[in-house]
Amino acid sequence: MTNTANFPLLSLILFTPFVGAVLLLFVNKNRQDTLRWIANITSGLGFLVSLPLWFWYDPLDPDWQFVERLQWIPSIGAEYHLGVDGFSSLLILLATLMGFLAIMSSWTAITERVKEYYVFLLLLQVGMIGAFVALDFLLFFLFWEVMLVPMYFLIGIWGSDRRLYSAIKFFLYTLVGSVVMLLGILTLYFYQHSLTGTYTFDVTVFHQLSVPADIQFWVFLAFFLGFAIKVPMFPFHTWLPDAHTDAPTAGSVILAAVLLKMGTYGFIRFSLPILPEASRDFVPMIVWLSIIGIIYGALVALAQSDWKRLVAYSSVSHMGMVMLGMFALNPVGITGSIVQQINHGITTGALFLLVGVVYERRHTREISEYGGLSKVMPVYAAIFLIMTMSSIGLPALNGFIGEILILQGIFVENKMWAGVAAVGIVLGATYMLWLYQRTMFGDVTNPKNENLPDLGLRELATFVPLIVLVFWIGLYPSPLINRLETSVERVMSRLSASERRDAQAGCGDASAVPTVMAKRNKGFGVDTLGWDRSHSDELAVIDACGASAPLTVTAITDKRESD
Amino acid sequence: MPPGFSVLDFYYLLPELVLTSGALVLLAVDVMISKKSQGLLMWLALGIVAMTGAAMLPLAGVNVTVARGLMAVDAFAFFFKVVFLVTAALTILMSSRYLEVENVHFGEYYFLILCATLGMMVMASAVDLIAIFIGLETMAVSFYILVGYLKPSRRSNEAAVKYFLLGAFSLGILLYGMSILYGLTGTTNLHGIMEVLDSSDISPVLLLGMVLVIAGVGFKVAAVPFHMWAPDVYEGAPTPVTAFLSVGSKAASFAVALRIFQEALPGLKDEWQPLFWLLAVLTMTVGNISALTQSNLKRMLAYSSIAHAGYILMGVAVGTPWGIQAMLIYLAVYVFMQLGAFAVVVMMRRQDIVGDELKDLSGLYFRNPVAAIAMLLFLLSLGGIPPTAGFMGKFWLFGASIDAGFYWLAIIAVANSAVSLYYYIRVVVFMWMKEEAGGSPIVVQPALAVTLVIGVVGTVLLGIYPAPLFDFAEMSARSLGMVRLAAGIP
Repeated sequence: MTNTANFPLLSLILFTPFVGAVLLLFVNKNRQDTLRWIANITSGLGFLVSLPLWFWYDPLDPDWQFVERLQWIPSIGAEYHLGVDGFSSLLILLATLMGFLAIMSSWTAITERVKEYYVFLLLLQVGMIGAFVALDFLLFFLFWEVMLVPMYFLIGIWGSDRRLYSAIKFFLYTLVGSVVMLLGILTLYFYQHSLTGTYTFDVTVFHQLSVPADIQFWVFLAFFLGFAIKVPMFPFHTWLPDAHTDAPTAGSVILAAVLLKMGTYGFIRFSLPILPEASRDFVPMIVWLSIIGIIYGALVALAQSDWKRLVAYSSVSHMGMVMLGMFALNPVGITGSIVQQINHGITTGALFLLVGVVYERRHTREISEYGGLSKVMPVYAAIFLIMTMSSIGLPALNGFIGEILILQGIFVENKMWAGVAAVGIVLGATYMLWLYQRTMFGDVTNPKNENLPDLGLRELATFVPLIVLVFWIGLYPSPLINRLETSVERVMSRLSASERRDAQAGCGDASAVPTVMAKRNKGFGVDTLGWDRSHSDELAVIDACGASAPLTVTAITDKRESD
Repeated sequence: MPPGFSVLDFYYLLPELVLTSGALVLLAVDVMISKKSQGLLMWLALGIVAMTGAAMLPLAGVNVTVARGLMAVDAFAFFFKVVFLVTAALTILMSSRYLEVENVHFGEYYFLILCATLGMMVMASAVDLIAIFIGLETMAVSFYILVGYLKPSRRSNEAAVKYFLLGAFSLGILLYGMSILYGLTGTTNLHGIMEVLDSSDISPVLLLGMVLVIAGVGFKVAAVPFHMWAPDVYEGAPTPVTAFLSVGSKAASFAVALRIFQEALPGLKDEWQPLFWLLAVLTMTVGNISALTQSNLKRMLAYSSIAHAGYILMGVAVGTPWGIQAMLIYLAVYVFMQLGAFAVVVMMRRQDIVGDELKDLSGLYFRNPVAAIAMLLFLLSLGGIPPTAGFMGKFWLFGASIDAGFYWLAIIAVANSAVSLYYYIRVVVFMWMKEEAGGSPIVVQPALAVTLVIGVVGTVLLGIYPAPLFDFAEMSARSLGMVRLAAGIP
């Protein structure tokens, strides 16, 4: 089954949670269980209707799939234009799954203002999915901003401690980034108009556009601010620990699992392919910011006494890793970056769910309040162990796959960067294992913990899919990696085209040295690990005058056809 | 009939004539009916507005100059007149309950609202300095009285005096500027001025006249540094009048600004552009920063409306077709969000409580969730968050400045809109996250409910599907500055 059918699958995925939110409005606010059922069922349905994205998506088709296109505002060229590729389809699946689990985890945790809570969660879901499916810049921006308001309320109303402060901080940080990004979008928009005389917000048109270097520079900076705040990259990360710590469990889960991916999604979908020259010019800056983020996040995580804050800082560190892989700007690195985004969503989402479980029982997040939980809550401790190991990057679990690809990608580019990143991984193991030791091992020191009940059936059910995914991605990642190939190819073709232009411009310059351009192949990540030898490696080297460049392109085309 | 007039002119001016005679009828009816049945006057006023709207229908798409070149009946004027009539209707709807609570329910009130609307309509159509001035004065005098309508209230009286003195002063400045323009060109017709200026050099006196006109218009739209009157007047005036003043009067003044600078002084664009650039930046920045610290909702909305004038001034500064279209779009969406927000302030006014302090809104969500949701939408729209209409307006204004290469203006504007979100969100915190405040229960009287619903529908609909508005604005913006058929008197 392919996407040739004219069924508006993406709209269905997008509006299922919206229908749920509208339904909730008509239910009396005192009928809490009815509200909960409706929210759980619609978000569950939302996940089910997104599953065809996995089964019907054709990994070999390099075009956008499940495309829907309707007129929206003809006079400015804005359209209701949806479509996915391998990358966004995975993020949508992540969003619908984590959204469902977040709602499921809230059954007993939220007892006040239940109705609004679920309405906001479902609206947030609409915003997230919308941003991933939109192929129209204006539509993308609309959904991007729509996410802010529900998240603001989730933190501000159902959060803990300094919730108002954290909520406004989250809101303003993200807003500043996104309005500056809007200026970048508008600059591209008018530049495109000056070339062709037509107004359009079609992202696929911008993917073909070659933008002059000076415009690229400024637009990249504008996009960078918007996306880097969302990721968050050092030094724009300061909203994250506050927002994460004070948000209710479901809010933290969504924030970590999906919202942060908006930033990395933006980089891969917009910055790299539309602004390839600027992307390469900014590599040193972004790489160093990422490395600082990795090390700094890990060190601060080590110093935390608050369980949730520790996980929050681990996010800063891990997202630094994601950015590092991406800005290796080679296929392996970008693939690793995407895989790690999915992994981070699953693992960190699960870690926040786990913190939420004990927080609901004890209403404290101080690590020192806990200890010896493995005695009273063995199942909980086992799941926590799996997620800890996944976060550390233990082989056979999902985190390993992403990290190895990222390191491999970055190693080709610069061995020192890879070395520093490896230090970050070691630090990551330190703080996670130390956390595990302090909370799970030893004797039950605090009498309040003696009678804590282990996971209930509903709680267990929220973790089962995540555990399955952790092992699946860890043991058999090829299906995941295969469907990323065309997405990565789309980015790489733009990046290498720009590189060829640069190389040709510098032709005759004695200082210009051959550049290792790309290692491109079907299922490259798996190949290099030696797990799947059905496709051979292929290393394309371009000399300074770009002589072999056309060859590379033909080689890829031939390869695809022979497949 | 005087030369230059034709019977057809009456047809083209029918909306204004209907409005004038309707206002007079209303005044007569007010004298005849008993005090008890004064509630009917609201319906009469609404009917007159509706009839004026009906009289406008045949004029859609018309593009002529009438009354010996004094008035242009074109798509540009049509757009503004629609804005004024919607504004007037919403103001009337939200007024009746407020007047009852304040115990000043008199017929003159509606009469004055209609007169002010008439003045605005004349301003939008006027293509002659004299006609512009007459429209401006008609509107201004009506507002002087309306602002001081709450006779027992000292705040209201103070506001009226302030508004009158500063308003008269600013009109004097404007008139002085206009007289210089007339003195240099020998004509009061905007198109005529342009033609004369086209063939002459730019003299310092001409620049003085231009600066004085900018100052006069700046007073009317409350642009910094001519904004000093606005916060006190907005706070002291009866709330519906404040709403009307901050939307209608502002829109009309922008119409005049566009007419003068696009039709009469396009040759001076290099001179007025930097001034408007500066005005826009100052206005939005000072407005937003002052709004940050306000604890009175009405005063906060007053400063926020100054900031919005700053955003709209971006369009004047840019001066391109995109810029003009952006202004029209912004003014149209501004009607719904600003009047909606003021309708909520009116709703909070009860017998025992003034209700315009921020803390009076505490826990509004628990007492009246629908109103709290409506207010949330209005505030988000004022802050420019999609999917509300305010975003579409800001999108156009930012787009216009990027298009014209005014990158710094756009950057300052986005920084400002981020700042503005801080104080809008503060209101949301009070409504949604604080404990309930005291006071008698909040009753949403039907007419007020209708205002809120229209506000919400406008704010959301124009945010999700703005295509018709964009087309309408494009058509209207295009008609501005077109060579008119009867530019010279035949």
